[in-house]
Amino acid sequence: MNWTLIVDHLPALPEMVLLAGASALMIVDARSKDPQRRATYIGAQLVLAACLLATGFVLWGSGAEGERRFVLFDGLFVADLMGHVLKLVCYAAVSTALVYSRRYLLERGLMRGEFVTLLLFSLLGMMVMISANSLLTVYLGLELMSLCLYAMVALDRDSPLATEAAMKYFVLGALASGLLLYGMSMIYGATGALNLNDIALRLAVMAGNASDRHFLAFGVVFVVAGIAFKLGVAPFHMWIPDVYHGAPTPVTLVVGSGPKLAAFAMAVRLLVNGLLPLAQDWQLMLALLAVLSMAIGNITAIAQTNIKRMLAYSAIANMGFLLLGLLSGVVGGNLRSAPDAYSTALFYAITYAIMSVGAFGMVLLLSRAGFEADKLEDFRGLNRRSPWYAFLMMLLMLSLAGLPPTVGFYAKLAVLQSAVAAGQVWLAVAAVVLSLIGAFYYLRVVKLMYFDEMSDSQVAALPETGMDVRVLLSLNGLAILFFGLFPYPLLNLCLKAIEAL
Amino acid sequence: MLLSLAIWVPIVAGLAVLAVGGDERAPLQRQLALIGAVVGFVVTIPLYTQFQPANAGMQFEQLVQWIPRFGINYHLGVDGISVLFILLNSFITILVVIAGWTVVESRVGQYYASFLVLSGLLNGVFAALDAVLFYVFFEATLIPMFIIIGVWGGPNRVYAAVKFFLYTLFGSLLMLVALLYLYGRSGSFAILDWHQLPLTLSEQKWLFFGLLFAFAVKVPMWPVHTWLPDAHTEAPTGGSVVLAAILLKLGAYGFIRFTLPILPDASRELAWLMIAASLIAVVYIGFVALVQADMKRLIAYSSISHMGFVTLGFFVFNAYGVEGALVQMISHGFVSAAMFFCVGVVYDRMHTRMIADYGGVVNTMPKFAALMMLFSMANSGLPGTSGFVGEFMVIMGAMQASFWLAFLAATTLVLGAAYTLWMYKRVIFGAVANAQVSSLKDLNSNEVIVLGALAVAVLAMGIYPLPFTEVMHASVDELLRHVALTKI
Repeated sequence: MNWTLIVDHLPALPEMVLLAGASALMIVDARSKDPQRRATYIGAQLVLAACLLATGFVLWGSGAEGERRFVLFDGLFVADLMGHVLKLVCYAAVSTALVYSRRYLLERGLMRGEFVTLLLFSLLGMMVMISANSLLTVYLGLELMSLCLYAMVALDRDSPLATEAAMKYFVLGALASGLLLYGMSMIYGATGALNLNDIALRLAVMAGNASDRHFLAFGVVFVVAGIAFKLGVAPFHMWIPDVYHGAPTPVTLVVGSGPKLAAFAMAVRLLVNGLLPLAQDWQLMLALLAVLSMAIGNITAIAQTNIKRMLAYSAIANMGFLLLGLLSGVVGGNLRSAPDAYSTALFYAITYAIMSVGAFGMVLLLSRAGFEADKLEDFRGLNRRSPWYAFLMMLLMLSLAGLPPTVGFYAKLAVLQSAVAAGQVWLAVAAVVLSLIGAFYYLRVVKLMYFDEMSDSQVAALPETGMDVRVLLSLNGLAILFFGLFPYPLLNLCLKAIEAL
Repeated sequence: MLLSLAIWVPIVAGLAVLAVGGDERAPLQRQLALIGAVVGFVVTIPLYTQFQPANAGMQFEQLVQWIPRFGINYHLGVDGISVLFILLNSFITILVVIAGWTVVESRVGQYYASFLVLSGLLNGVFAALDAVLFYVFFEATLIPMFIIIGVWGGPNRVYAAVKFFLYTLFGSLLMLVALLYLYGRSGSFAILDWHQLPLTLSEQKWLFFGLLFAFAVKVPMWPVHTWLPDAHTEAPTGGSVVLAAILLKLGAYGFIRFTLPILPDASRELAWLMIAASLIAVVYIGFVALVQADMKRLIAYSSISHMGFVTLGFFVFNAYGVEGALVQMISHGFVSAAMFFCVGVVYDRMHTRMIADYGGVVNTMPKFAALMMLFSMANSGLPGTSGFVGEFMVIMGAMQASFWLAFLAATTLVLGAAYTLWMYKRVIFGAVANAQVSSLKDLNSNEVIVLGALAVAVLAMGIYPLPFTEVMHASVDELLRHVALTKI
């Protein structure tokens, strides 16, 4: 046996574990006759735990500060601290999604093996995207993730809304993949390299060559458009509201958390690892996208009556905010503040994932058989029905609005700080004015829960929910407060992760 | 440590009240809240007794690293300017807890928890020496106040609460950008470091307007005052009291902690603007107060007019003006709190705030009428009450700057007397207006404690203001020295 071969590929252990585990689960599930799919559910959690251990093992092997960077498979795959951190958050998000959605799926007869295995395979796609070091791996991971998600959106076959959403998601997603691929091919054509590090090296050498520059600029435009599609920032956001609204809530929860992290990782890998010498081109594009997203997201969210749609527009606005961190790295060709700026964006992505999971978890908590709890009205008088969950939801909303002492405030503070440090004061002013507009619709949820009394049609008692959901949801809400009071460890981790790139 | 206690004792007490449970345990929650408020006040007393008035710098400092990545520290400290507000706030909190004792019956725990948490956060604003810490406390006060107005407020409470929230948030977000810019220039979030930071005049002007929105909305200055009458009218009595007595002071405090020492050149350059807005507040809002039919609205407008005096005092840049403004802030804390408590007393019995529904209250509530007389006099600035001291000092300060300034400012003595005493006359004197008035009961023991404590404070400060002013001398002199130096 060739031990060195095995040892060399150990940094990809989490992916291997997940692949093997998910495949095994498929077989287990096919033989299972249990309508509750207990074995599949527990198996999936065990697979996630094994992934956690595997990533822990890789982290343990990458130095005291996690600074070692492993490049495998001829440069196709990279395992670094940013990847480990994002993967860990993704495991947590997927595992939480499984816990939150179990009751919902059982009540609707949707707790089938497909959901679990598709979820795990989409996670594998995210992990490949996160660890991609070549244009090919980026695309491979993206397609694996997206195809699983398309199918998951259509999980509830009898719902016309879900089918329509899946169709839209598929068509627009395919278009986005096409754009991305087109941009990649141009970049490949200009540089002759697929590996992101090679692309960066060649670009640095080619700088100033005018004819290539136009060609490259086109490539960058298409790549940025593809990334914008996957992040869901305006004007490439059209699929977000329909998919968030139409998909079953557990799937919305998944779409709103892990894939955002993966798309963020894709943006960092492509733009920062690969196309950094062209930063001046893509930073300007990101600035436009950011302002548009914050404007469209925040203003349109006000008009929504469905909380899933509202959170969809909130996602658009928040992703615009996240771009503020990505676009302030390079100031006049100077890279000094780049790690700071990118780490604020990473911090934003992680905290947003925590908030998003919590908010959709609340929607799932209130839903019951035959009742979705996805109208804003359904939150009316929640303080009377359950002060604790109302308090948690208030924390989540205030955090999304960016108010202290919640973690959302530090996320906004950090990206605004990097924008101001990069001399983009006007962008920062635009961002705060638009987030003020945004505060209105988050406040409306607080208003409904605290100021309004229940309407007659509402059922006073909350649905019966397992202890696991209650504990996890409480922890999720309190994490918002905890990281709000002590944001430093996470901020520092993000900085280290970016510095290890 | 003392300052940390002043901040965290009320907050922890508030959370403990919440943890007790629902309305079925209300008596226990009330007792717990009172204990929390009293302990919260007791821990602030050493801040005064151990304060060294000759020392112009920060005292009782505490510095702990919080977010080293951005140089953000948990840095607390008070000087002669801020120490009194912490005491005032903790004192008012006790009164608010007592005043709500029998009045609040639904969601008692949440009511008291909101006020206790708010009290701790407000102490934090006055004690913070780190800009981000200041901002966190400043902004976090919005949440409990939003809930207080929205849950226990009047019929139009939702509109008032949202308006209050969005107005204030707009200002503070612009302030956030200004603070980040200052961080970019200095590499530090320490407010005291910024006092030394050189800035060009145009930078100072931009920053001045960035900060102005945040503080002007909070004060509130004309023309961004329109949220206040709505918020005051709809808030429950305790909410109005804290809003008038403490929250309004945050804006004025911001001017004196940030704008004046950090942006001295812009402050001098743009003083005309601030003085003009202050005088409009004093005179125009005084007239507006005169025509109000709703008692709470009238007192709200009177608050705006009095706060105009405060901003006027700051921007004449002399010791009389600044000290007078500070005294006026504290006095207004007592007097406006007392006025809102008075309205609360009759509102709880009659469930109307309209002046027209009252008349002849003195016949059935003589004790109340006597106490309200004192507070009305203080509100109109009668010598011997706290209201006189501050106004007199500010007018003296304005006189040093210009006669006409002082002349216009002094019209408040006429206008203030007119709107306050006219309201008093219509509510208290005259024939008994209706059957409801004739069946009114005089003050109960809780109300006597609350109004009596405030009456003592108002008289003590009016007759012997030295204990209040001697604390602030050194710090005000230091501040004025900063303002006189150019930073360009």
